[in-house]
Amino acid sequence: MAAYLLRRLAQSALILLGVSFITFFLLYVLPADPVRQIAGRSATPETVENIRQQLGLDRPFAVQYARYLGALAQGDMGRSYLQKTEVAELILSRLPATLLLMAGAIFFELLLGLTMGIVAALRRGRAVDQVLMVTSFVTVSAPQFVVSLLLLYVFAVKLGWFPIGGYGTFAHLVLPAITLGILGSGWYARMMRSSMIDVLRADYIRTARAKGLTRGRIVLRHALPNAILPVIAMIGIDIGIFMGGIVVVESVFGWPGIGQLAWQAIQRVDIPIIMGVTLVSAAAIVLGNLIADLIAPFIDPRIRLR
Amino acid sequence: MKKLLTSTAVMLALALPAAAQDYAPDPAARPGGSITITYKDDVATLDPAIGYDWQNWSMIKSLYDGLMDYIPGTTTLRPGLAESYEISEDGLTYTFKLRAGVKFHNGREMTAEDVKYSLDRVTNPATQSPGAGFFGAIAGFDMAGDGGLSGVEVVDPLTLRITLSRPDATFLHVMALNFASVVPKEAVDAAGADFGKKPVGTGAYTLAEWTLGQRLVFEKNADYWRPGVPFLDSIVFEVGQEPVVALLRLQNGEVDLPGDGIPPAKFNEVMADPAQAARVVQGGQLQTGYITLNVTTPPFDKLEVRKAVNMAINKERITQIINGRAIPATQPLPPSMPGYTEGYAGYPFDPEGARALLAEAGLADGFETELYVMNTDPNPRIAQAIQQDLAAIGITANIQNLAQANVIEAGGAGTAPMIWSGGMAWIADFPDPSNFYGPILGCAGAAPGGWNWSKFCDEALDAKAVAADSMFDPAMAAERLKAWSDVYMGVMEQAPWVPVFNEERYTMKSERMGGEDALYVDPVSIPVNYDYVWVKE
Repeated sequence: MAAYLLRRLAQSALILLGVSFITFFLLYVLPADPVRQIAGRSATPETVENIRQQLGLDRPFAVQYARYLGALAQGDMGRSYLQKTEVAELILSRLPATLLLMAGAIFFELLLGLTMGIVAALRRGRAVDQVLMVTSFVTVSAPQFVVSLLLLYVFAVKLGWFPIGGYGTFAHLVLPAITLGILGSGWYARMMRSSMIDVLRADYIRTARAKGLTRGRIVLRHALPNAILPVIAMIGIDIGIFMGGIVVVESVFGWPGIGQLAWQAIQRVDIPIIMGVTLVSAAAIVLGNLIADLIAPFIDPRIRLR
Repeated sequence: MKKLLTSTAVMLALALPAAAQDYAPDPAARPGGSITITYKDDVATLDPAIGYDWQNWSMIKSLYDGLMDYIPGTTTLRPGLAESYEISEDGLTYTFKLRAGVKFHNGREMTAEDVKYSLDRVTNPATQSPGAGFFGAIAGFDMAGDGGLSGVEVVDPLTLRITLSRPDATFLHVMALNFASVVPKEAVDAAGADFGKKPVGTGAYTLAEWTLGQRLVFEKNADYWRPGVPFLDSIVFEVGQEPVVALLRLQNGEVDLPGDGIPPAKFNEVMADPAQAARVVQGGQLQTGYITLNVTTPPFDKLEVRKAVNMAINKERITQIINGRAIPATQPLPPSMPGYTEGYAGYPFDPEGARALLAEAGLADGFETELYVMNTDPNPRIAQAIQQDLAAIGITANIQNLAQANVIEAGGAGTAPMIWSGGMAWIADFPDPSNFYGPILGCAGAAPGGWNWSKFCDEALDAKAVAADSMFDPAMAAERLKAWSDVYMGVMEQAPWVPVFNEERYTMKSERMGGEDALYVDPVSIPVNYDYVWVKE
């Protein structure tokens, strides 16, 4: 187990190194000059060159990348080019809101998605199944902006049940979390359905049925734990997506998550922030997957970690 | 020229008493209350040497003061931290007499040393100020560094002398820019790189709270040196709010001012409701939207082609795309800018004539080119309208729909034959005609990486511009504006741009907001002059 963990952690570090290299390289070759963004439209060529030099952006790619990694190894993510604030501070200030929304969104995704998937699998081929699968297709392809605004308009503006955007109380969390829950539930529903159908076909389920177990017991006790495995792996990926930020939902609900920070940084070529957010969300994906793999043996004892 | 000689012969001693140019706030205004304002984008910094965004521009104006200021709601200069100033007869020396007893938010009295420190700081390359270039006329600017500017001297604690290396008629405007705000050295030293998050100035408000990415709260500076202002006890800025949602919250009574204005998609709906339309405030803006034609890229090196494009664009139709929230432009300067040429009709919309001009240039069959545009609404739609207009005279323009930074890069590098400026269009830094020339139409801006995307460079016009900006004597103001008007007419003759429209600003306020409309569309304290607005209840 310890050896497995060590090996996986080493792999994770390599993956993150790869991600950092690719992102840094793409930002380097991108036809947009961060120095121009800092210097502004009225800058003289001397000012521009001077800023480029101060930030070390006149150095070759290898030197810039080595410097970035060197600082990163010491826990220094650098300072934002435009805000001049520590990137770590900017990301940390966004973290609570991001984690909260992530937890809320995954809760609703699972609640809706798993219910839909299980029901569809049990009613496979019937009208209920078809309606649910069409619904799941609609939710995954629905435009975020429209769904967010629609829910906001109906439940906050018209009915007044929730605040019109913002952050702070549980009531603020409900609408954005439900929005994301609805939008993401389709993936879970489809995956849960196919996984459940596979399991329900398995011999041991037939055995359980032959033993005369109740249907509820078969589904919940025998089928579900096995069927849910691939779904857990998906949560790991989902965590990464949420850590990268959900720009549209965040901006409609005025939710101070990482997405807004990343989006504005991308617009203005603020490389330290873009790198920071990319690495944090990549680390979350890697970690999420690792945790999903570590949990798997507890749910299915057949799985051994090697 | 004769007039110039006679007027410089007299000594210019302008000791303007502060009261002479003062502004009477709304007599009905009452102190107290708090308002809520929303912005879509986060506030990057409140360091006056760095801040250059839509949302922080007027915030910085309310936290700090400079030597000069503007009469609220207008483009007329008035003294700020300077009580009076004198200009030497050669126009090279400005002596500012400072107001006594002005205190920073930390309680210390502001002196001439602080003004010198602030100007040294903004021009020091280590500060990386995007506004450093504005101070280019100050003697010693080229050698600015840790040693400070040699042209800025402290005469006594309340007197500052600034020596210029060349006469600069815009210098008092420069002293009113946010970049010239006075900051206390000890606060900057204490905060280090984080000064932008811990601002200390002499302004009407102080920063009371800043929750990163969420909200900022300004509180009234009870010791503010201008008597009677500000009126509000506090202002809450909520950031990260979608303009459409901000409007819904305004309609629900939760927000007083939507900082980003009325979203285009909601404009017709708001105007159709008399109750809401009554609270809409409209104002001119020192802005021009234009198409740049790269004069170094064939066939735009031919004057006939540039004129033909000018005649092909249906500006009326383009203004309709943005719900008529703009007026068609005839020239680079917007109508509310001093120096605007009244009565000049610009190039007519005449596709037939345009086609004839193309034929004259030997391009009767048209040609293919690229039109760069920023990828946020409504710009791609405007680009499509331009594309159609060009197609009507035989020009095939392929649209390059890119992020802002990429368009700016292509413009600076000179690789874009045509650019629609929307989303990056020039908004004046200060209300003076010179601000629309140097960086965007002059030779200096045509250098690689510059903002002159036409790469238009006419030495004769540049010389005229320099001559105009040497007319520092206020008595020559009218003559100077005439000179600038001539410069822009010269630009139009060569047609490096298609001036398309001047955007009007439309914003909205809640029922309880008081103060004249001009404060909500202030041409200088963009978007709102927080110092003079008030609430009714």
